[in-house]
Amino acid sequence: VSAAAEGPSCPVGISRGETVILGHGSGGRLSAELLERVFLPRLAGDALGRLEDAATLRVGGGTIALTTDAFVVTPRVFPGGDLGSLAVHGTVNDLAMVGARARYLAASFILEEGLPLEELDRLVESMARAAREAGVEVAAGDTKVVGRGAGDGCYITTTGVGEIARPSRAPISVSSVRPGDAILVSGPIGLHGIAILSCREGLGFEAEVASDSAALWPLVDALLDAAGDGLRALRDPTRGGLASALCEIAAASRLAIEVEDAAVPVPRAVRAACEMLGLDPFYVANEGKLVAAVAPEAAEDALFALRSHPLGIDAARIGTALAPREGRGEAGLVTARTRSGGRRVVQKLPGEQLPRIC
Amino acid sequence: VDEFRDGALARALLDEIARTVTRPWRIMEVCGGQTHTIVREGIDTLLPDGVEYIHGPGCPVCVTPLETIDRALAIARTPGTVFASFGDMLRVPGSQGSLLDAKAAGADVRIVYSPLDAVAIAERERGKRVCFFAVGFETTAPANAMAVLEARRRGLSNFSVLAAHVLVPPAIEAVLGEPDRRVDGFLAAGHVCTVMGTSEYVPLAARWRVPIVVTGFEPLDILEGTLMVLRQLEEGRAEVENQYARSVREGGAPAARRAVEAVFEVAPRKWRGMGEIPRSGLRLRGPYADMDADRVFGTGAIEVEEPPECRQAEVLTGRIKPFECAEFGTRCTPERPLGAAMVSAEGACSAYFRYGRGPSGAALPMARRQSPAAAAGGAP
Repeated sequence: VSAAAEGPSCPVGISRGETVILGHGSGGRLSAELLERVFLPRLAGDALGRLEDAATLRVGGGTIALTTDAFVVTPRVFPGGDLGSLAVHGTVNDLAMVGARARYLAASFILEEGLPLEELDRLVESMARAAREAGVEVAAGDTKVVGRGAGDGCYITTTGVGEIARPSRAPISVSSVRPGDAILVSGPIGLHGIAILSCREGLGFEAEVASDSAALWPLVDALLDAAGDGLRALRDPTRGGLASALCEIAAASRLAIEVEDAAVPVPRAVRAACEMLGLDPFYVANEGKLVAAVAPEAAEDALFALRSHPLGIDAARIGTALAPREGRGEAGLVTARTRSGGRRVVQKLPGEQLPRIC
Repeated sequence: VDEFRDGALARALLDEIARTVTRPWRIMEVCGGQTHTIVREGIDTLLPDGVEYIHGPGCPVCVTPLETIDRALAIARTPGTVFASFGDMLRVPGSQGSLLDAKAAGADVRIVYSPLDAVAIAERERGKRVCFFAVGFETTAPANAMAVLEARRRGLSNFSVLAAHVLVPPAIEAVLGEPDRRVDGFLAAGHVCTVMGTSEYVPLAARWRVPIVVTGFEPLDILEGTLMVLRQLEEGRAEVENQYARSVREGGAPAARRAVEAVFEVAPRKWRGMGEIPRSGLRLRGPYADMDADRVFGTGAIEVEEPPECRQAEVLTGRIKPFECAEFGTRCTPERPLGAAMVSAEGACSAYFRYGRGPSGAALPMARRQSPAAAAGGAP
């Protein structure tokens, strides 16, 4: 008897004594498990259940996109960005992944007693600059203060509302990829995660790596122009990295994806740091990259459009979506052709515990 | 550009291997890091039929006996203690939970990237007792020895180590001494020899008439080392050769060896799944015995039996492949492991699971790769 038969409210029995562990926040298999076991059975309606980066909702006469994201990165200032700018980029990018241009943000601050006001001011200033550059207005907000020891300095949650930029075209969705579609990535992977790790104490290496944290709407806008209805799906490979983004697309669209190891752009410094730390670049977080699935006939134009923008100069075609069938075309299966000519399965991050990166 | 050059070199080596081989051979790659490269790159699927890699016991985390994990847990749960460890020990299951579970329940367990970080914690937090979990092969022993010397130099009385070091050559000898010997040649671990040199292997190769090639960890290293072993086997030679010459010298790294000599002495050591192997471990020498965590915390008497449901002993000695264990990918996943080999960065089970490897080089069936919630018995 499966646990599901015992009651509709709790699909997988939660046993006494189970606690939240860091791996539940990894963006990999354990995060998915937490959604399946706790959140989706209690909360999911039509929109949440689709598991897009942002929900698209009919409100009044129009369609809006809505998303929210909490930011707890440590350290709060890192090469290439800080908690303030990241809190803007993360949310406007989730909106961009459904083809929405961010219009308004709400921001909540959880502040720990003792946080220097100067530092808070610098973070808010950085947030304001990022919002200005992304063309989004912070329209609502809240602050709460917790006692010393009850929080780690400053956490920021941002909620974004966006406008679907091309309402008449087919929705951009991770479930609409088709066999033969090209899989593109907008540039080198792993920069954000390695930048964060490089500034932690005791790591013993100083990578000349800066976070790629950036607002992606201009790239998405260019892709929409270049690929038209050929642009099928977008995902920003943040927590859980490229591997998790590919697995989510393959699962949602019920097809297989095969990528070429040699085609995936991995900077030398990221590769070296990963080797030292025993990490796989496919699982390292990015904050200014997108993965796109594009119809084969639009792939060249899409790649050209990406490479024409400063954020996408090193964009690459890394793989292809395949029809589900027996063997390596199984629905949801992601494989990589290795440099030696072999093949491996690419899985969602299995329960790794990574430090707080976003 | 180098990616494409690597691809061409790999093909050339594979062609040469195919031309060299006339009959089946079984090669053991000793080190779990090499196992991961082989499975990640699919190198085993590219070899001629009948040439097989037997994955060896070279995963220090995997061969650490259950009772050592239980000692670590007892220390970590002692109030006023900081337990410092490399990350991949944290999810290894003990008799009752893992260090990660202990951490979630309030124990002060910290991940460090170097044993000297643990010494720094001991200096910063003098009011606490800081214990470092010293696990590893000859490669990590020098850094751990340095940490002990540094703690002594700084006069820290609150620093101790739970030493669980293992040595490679005695393990190779144990594999060779099995009555049903299933290994024709060895890829020895390059980084171990960077520290220790290659001379220990010469009597092994001679006594057991077996080729041993000191090999690196990149795909091209593995292919070249494999070719060198196969050439020896086909020509009837049994020698020690060095594929990893860019890093390994015959005498090893003398300064590192001296630090290890000063702090540690060779001792018998229990290996998970292989039992006690003589002269296969390191323990603190007398002058440093006050830093032995088993003494400091009184945990030396903890002894437990290995759990019967985990077959990693058979995996680590090459008797079965991970997917041949019924629990692999079903009851045993990285999130809920039955044994260390599923969670260690060098464990064979973890390599097969991570890279979704099933029988005959095919992908594992979806039922054994699904989300842990579904695997736990529920429907999403």
